[in-house]
Amino acid sequence: MRSGTPCHPEAEGRGTSEAKGKVPRSARAARVWARSQCIALLLLCALPALAVEPTEMLKDPALEARARQIGQALRCVVCQNQSIDDSQAEVAHDMRRAVRERLQAGDSDDQVFAYMVARYGDYVLLKPPFKARTLVLWLGAPALLLIAGVALLFAARRRRTATVAPPPLNEEERVRLSVILGDQWDFHPERSEGACGKQERSLGLRPRDDS
Amino acid sequence: MSRRLLYLLPLLTLALMAGFFAWSLLIGRDPAAIGSVVVGRPAPPLNIPALQEGQAPLTDALFKSGKPVLVNFFASWCAPCLAEHPLFMRLKEREGAIVIGIAWKNKRDEALAWLKRLGNPFQTAGLDLEGKAGLDWGLSGVPETYAVDGNGIVRLHFRGPLIERDLTDSVIPFLKGNAP
Repeated sequence: MRSGTPCHPEAEGRGTSEAKGKVPRSARAARVWARSQCIALLLLCALPALAVEPTEMLKDPALEARARQIGQALRCVVCQNQSIDDSQAEVAHDMRRAVRERLQAGDSDDQVFAYMVARYGDYVLLKPPFKARTLVLWLGAPALLLIAGVALLFAARRRRTATVAPPPLNEEERVRLSVILGDQWDFHPERSEGACGKQERSLGLRPRDDS
Repeated sequence: MSRRLLYLLPLLTLALMAGFFAWSLLIGRDPAAIGSVVVGRPAPPLNIPALQEGQAPLTDALFKSGKPVLVNFFASWCAPCLAEHPLFMRLKEREGAIVIGIAWKNKRDEALAWLKRLGNPFQTAGLDLEGKAGLDWGLSGVPETYAVDGNGIVRLHFRGPLIERDLTDSVIPFLKGNAP
């Protein structure tokens, strides 16, 4: 397939004018396929749209990279579920600038987070901290999983004990069984310890061989 | 017997969940409220230029007068600020409240024109053009109002415009020295 040409408006135009309506089905399908691939490629190339404006960026790429990492982890206090890097809100802009100012002043990442938490509380962290108030949040799901696992284990064990082989039949039961089974099976108590199969031995039964 | 009780377990779970959801609905909790960490702490530092050119800058000294102070972040471009403006006029005139206004991300002359047109409820007003003071106060937008007591401790923080009920329920009791 001629990759690329369908993206080119001229090539496309030429193809249609040359044989409008007479284009073989396969050629048309190929063109549709190429076009959809083209769109897919463009979609793959699309970068996530960040709200970080060029004027906000730091000249030092290492510091800017740290600022981005921090910005992704800070919640915009207006847009609730957006990070400050994703948000167009005025406050998000101020927060991005403050993050960069702190970094330029020599703060560590933790110090920048602490700076924001001092002003906006734990709410500003997209990943909530591990502390007494958030214990249920962090440990609730693992605890439930643990409880479910233990319950499952107990249930499985109970089932296994329930399927343990019943005690061997006593004389009376063997007689009753042979009566119930009628002529298909014979009761041979004297041969019950013989060279028969395991199950037969335990029941003291053998198939009748008078055929 | 215990096996039969086991059949009630799904029903029990449902009842438990329904109870929890009903409680969450009825307790009157605002899920959009994001709380405020400045409440109960000393007022954040303040050092901004005065809105009126030529006047002394606004500093922390404003919170060391021993009197309760209200701090209102506003902007001339903000419609809810317009809505709450009459309440501040009333607080000033009827309750004698000391209100400090801070024009947030507002051009100086526009903020001044706004106050001139509507009336000025502020004892002093400052300018926070870049929103830096707002960040120190944990501001999420305008309008927001803080109540700072005589010892310089922030006692109340309202996100959004004040309404009548805020005045009667918390602001006026705060100004009279009764903790809301």
